[in-house]
Amino acid sequence: MTQNFRLESGGLINRGKKISFKFNGKNYFGYEGDTLASALIANGVHLIGRSFKYHRPRGFFGAGVDEPYAIVQLYRNGETEPNIKATEQELFEGLEAKSVNCWPSVNFDVGAINNFLKIFLPAGFYYKTFMWPKSFWYKIYEPFIRKAAGLGTASIKHDKERYEHKYEYCDLLITGSGPSGLASAYAAAKNGAKVILAEDKSRFGGTLLTSDVNIGNQSGKEWADSIVSELKEMSNVTIKNRSQVFGYYDHNMLVMSERISDHLPKTKKYHPKQKLWYIRAKEVLISSGSIERPIVFGNNDTPGVMLSSAAKEYMKVYGVLVGKKPLIFTNNDSGYETAIEFKKNGINPIILDTRKEPQSEIIDEAKNMNINIKNSYVVVAAQGYKKVKSADIAKISDDKEKLGSIENIDCDCICVSGFWTPTIHLASQSGNKTKFKEEIDAFVPGTSKQNEKTLGAANGIFTLEETLKDSFEQGNRLSKKITNNDNKVSFPNVVEKKSAVHDKFWCVPLPKGKNYKRFLDFQNDVAVSDIEIALKEGYRSIEHVKRYTTLGMATDQGKTSNLNGLQLVSKIENKVVPAVGHTTFRPPYTPVSIGAIVGREVGKHSKPTRKSPMHSWHEKNNAVFVDAGVWLRPRYYKRGDENLFEASKREAKNVRTNVGVCDVTTLGKIDIKGPDAAELLNRVYTNAWLKLPIGKARYGVMLREDGIVMDDGTTTRISENHYHMTTTTAQAANVLSHLEYYLQLVWPELNVNVVSTTEQWAGAAIAGPKSRDLLKKLFPKSDVTNEGLPFMGYIEGDLFGVKAKIFRISFSGELAYEVNVESDYGYFMWEKIIEIGEEFGIQPYGTEALSTLRIEMGHVAGSELDGRTIPYDNSLEGLLSKKKDFIGKRSLTRKAFAAEDRQKIVGVVPLDKKTSIPEGSHLVKDSNAPLPNPKLGYISASCWSVEHDNPFSLAILKDGKNMIGKKLFVMSPLKNKVIPVEIVSSHYVDPKGERVRS
Amino acid sequence: MLYIKCPHCGMRSQNEFSYGGDATIKRPELGKEISDQDWDNFVYNRKSLRGKHWELWQHISGCRQWIKVERDTATHEIFNTLKANEEISL
Ligand SMILES: [Zn+2]
Repeated sequence: MTQNFRLESGGLINRGKKISFKFNGKNYFGYEGDTLASALIANGVHLIGRSFKYHRPRGFFGAGVDEPYAIVQLYRNGETEPNIKATEQELFEGLEAKSVNCWPSVNFDVGAINNFLKIFLPAGFYYKTFMWPKSFWYKIYEPFIRKAAGLGTASIKHDKERYEHKYEYCDLLITGSGPSGLASAYAAAKNGAKVILAEDKSRFGGTLLTSDVNIGNQSGKEWADSIVSELKEMSNVTIKNRSQVFGYYDHNMLVMSERISDHLPKTKKYHPKQKLWYIRAKEVLISSGSIERPIVFGNNDTPGVMLSSAAKEYMKVYGVLVGKKPLIFTNNDSGYETAIEFKKNGINPIILDTRKEPQSEIIDEAKNMNINIKNSYVVVAAQGYKKVKSADIAKISDDKEKLGSIENIDCDCICVSGFWTPTIHLASQSGNKTKFKEEIDAFVPGTSKQNEKTLGAANGIFTLEETLKDSFEQGNRLSKKITNNDNKVSFPNVVEKKSAVHDKFWCVPLPKGKNYKRFLDFQNDVAVSDIEIALKEGYRSIEHVKRYTTLGMATDQGKTSNLNGLQLVSKIENKVVPAVGHTTFRPPYTPVSIGAIVGREVGKHSKPTRKSPMHSWHEKNNAVFVDAGVWLRPRYYKRGDENLFEASKREAKNVRTNVGVCDVTTLGKIDIKGPDAAELLNRVYTNAWLKLPIGKARYGVMLREDGIVMDDGTTTRISENHYHMTTTTAQAANVLSHLEYYLQLVWPELNVNVVSTTEQWAGAAIAGPKSRDLLKKLFPKSDVTNEGLPFMGYIEGDLFGVKAKIFRISFSGELAYEVNVESDYGYFMWEKIIEIGEEFGIQPYGTEALSTLRIEMGHVAGSELDGRTIPYDNSLEGLLSKKKDFIGKRSLTRKAFAAEDRQKIVGVVPLDKKTSIPEGSHLVKDSNAPLPNPKLGYISASCWSVEHDNPFSLAILKDGKNMIGKKLFVMSPLKNKVIPVEIVSSHYVDPKGERVRS
Repeated sequence: MLYIKCPHCGMRSQNEFSYGGDATIKRPELGKEISDQDWDNFVYNRKSLRGKHWELWQHISGCRQWIKVERDTATHEIFNTLKANEEISL
């Protein structure tokens, strides 16, 4: 394919490097520096997709971020990505893109039938057409809409690309590198301020790249290049291209997405594809420029109708002609600049100017070049289906209400200019109260809420000289405030052509008898008639009109449609535009990939995994791991072909008969020091703590202020003013915050310090009747007899040269100890325990056996202390001190908490002694009762009792204390199970607690 | 994301803090008789204020201190921050 629409010379592309790419399966060539859009236009391709609702053919409308139509599905690096704007996607070797919204193809589209059935698709068509009957939605409407009207298809594969996040702080963040951005950045940088300058496109300079101006005896582009190269050399300046600041959030935090590798065929290893910058800026200068507005006329969505500024950019930046018989339709001088550029390239444009007798330097220049100018003329309608073939034009009366006779003229593109709309999205997002500026019939930023200031065209200033002056000044002023430097930059001489005032004309009336669609919102297919219907149906608020018609929604955010929509509403409602007001601009200004938002927090990075110092031992010994909060813990150690059930049963049994060892490093540990430590414990635990002797541990329960159990654990008095607290694995962080809360805010008079020491200690629980024998061999120098180290006792020992803390505490209900050593010695300790324990038949046990042991003993844990139970419910009421007050005590007097038939923990055994009871099942009296069957309680934890060799569960049961011996049913609708059960005591093994004291 | 001045550490981003609710609530003294209504007011009843509000934040990923922050719940403007032991003057 030859590039028929590529100019012989000119543009900023690299003609030395040809690039091949594929669009809809066909091969094309472009040049390095092209966008997908410019390369397609150079090849004469204008049909790029179908519209969202009516499936009308779609071409290119803009040349950058303003593009509402040219959205493609991109294929790169074996991945696919939807929602890519062809006008923003830079060309790379091997790029492949396909049209969206076309089914089965862009040239023959089934959905286009919607175009002829408009009656089904007026404003609110989703609400009306697809709402009834409801059952049709999932089976018929939704699949149809998805297939026929999607904006591309997201990949369902794992995204192999790398995305990064960066936090940055700066004095000034400047969004856009046009004249105002460059001037303000330069002035601020000269004052030594830390500046970040962000440019969305690949090239810096904004409109300076395309406008015919002179700054300090240089062309606009030369001046921009020289400023950029100077800024790049300055260490206090970060200057980023391909970087869109898309959101302005609270407290001057802005988010920018940098497209690092999107323009390359393949991401280099370890290079991110995109980077999301969270920037906290002291001051923000918004220099985002303006977007040309369309003029609304019949069939104004036909491919070949585009913004006049885009046509100019395609010529000046890419050396590409959007057409060879251009018609320029304008209400201001910008159209003339485009016409002049066509003329310079040997093309004869025709200008239709809605103005009667405009006069200016630019117009004179056009006249001197013999360009055909028709004043008081409008385009009534574009003709042609997949591409503009001609235009119906007519004279328009001075009051702009009446059309003259229609003439048809040949043309292959219509370049439209309806004046300029400042890009106020960021300012509006920041909370700035925008105001309507009559002279330019558009909104501009008004009163700032945050530290933001808008410059140049984004602020409604359209002359270069004024823009530069203001921007140099603001850059200097704001940076001076921060750095106290005042290095004035000399103001360059600016030459630009003066423009005449624009005509506030925005919509061509329909000729008699014609019913052309006149589009306002090109991305969402919203036409003038849709807004009229919405208003007729009673929608008044612009926010409601937006939602009902989809005007200004989705990824476009009303970039080209917003003001014309407001003009229409204000005209019909007979209100001025500012009274109608604009809808809220929401971030992101441009689409952001989900990958960039997620960043590196994927897979294992989404939640860093904690491992105990003994982890590698567990791995080597066939441990099967389970997530326990952020920790990875052995669930069981697999031997041969064992499954979970068999292995955990073996491990638990071994604890009951010999001795087992369990890694309990994950338990939360808090070091408590200070003369008031005992007083603190006495206030946060429900039981008494003031008289705990040194070298003794005590079990304690903590409540929340509302009386609900928060956590339990043992705390040991190490020395006079030093305590070692343990918490459950899950609640460790909450308990620390809880203690800090009371110490810092409620009882600052208590002289206590708390600090987390969870990671400082490695822990091993040694449990079973032979555990003392093992301990004797581990600590031959210590007295570990029942007298030397009684139940709930604590001593320090010497484990082959390593200092160890030995606690005689038990979770399994057996004679048991917990040994702690400093984390670095954890592996050593573990190996020694296994080595020396061999003669006693030691086996490591995982969390599954640990659960079995505690369940059959009736020890409560997380599944009972689930944020819904009070001490009584867990049979912990014996630990409630009557003599002292403690956190949460007052709440326990609430009526429901003191009710006679209050729920309480019980044991549950299936009558057949065989059927396992699913956790979470409900307990009911009558399994055949009609639904909803009254629920008496729920199964909190289940195990296979190794002591009794039958299933056993714990349950929280209504009136539990009077239910022992009763027969109920366990129902699990999820597992479709009904099991007759007997209620027994929750202490299923050793109810008197003799073993732990043995 | 809010930018909060920790009185101990300086300006820090919101993601270093955790929220702790109304800072004007005073815990009744331990061991003191208190009516059901007063206790309910302490444990449960909170106003959902629009406007200036003194609230608690803990600098969990920093100095771990609980601090008091005066924030506008509608605009997110922060007017003042205090250390735990500094009294709020309403
Ligand atoms: Zn701090």
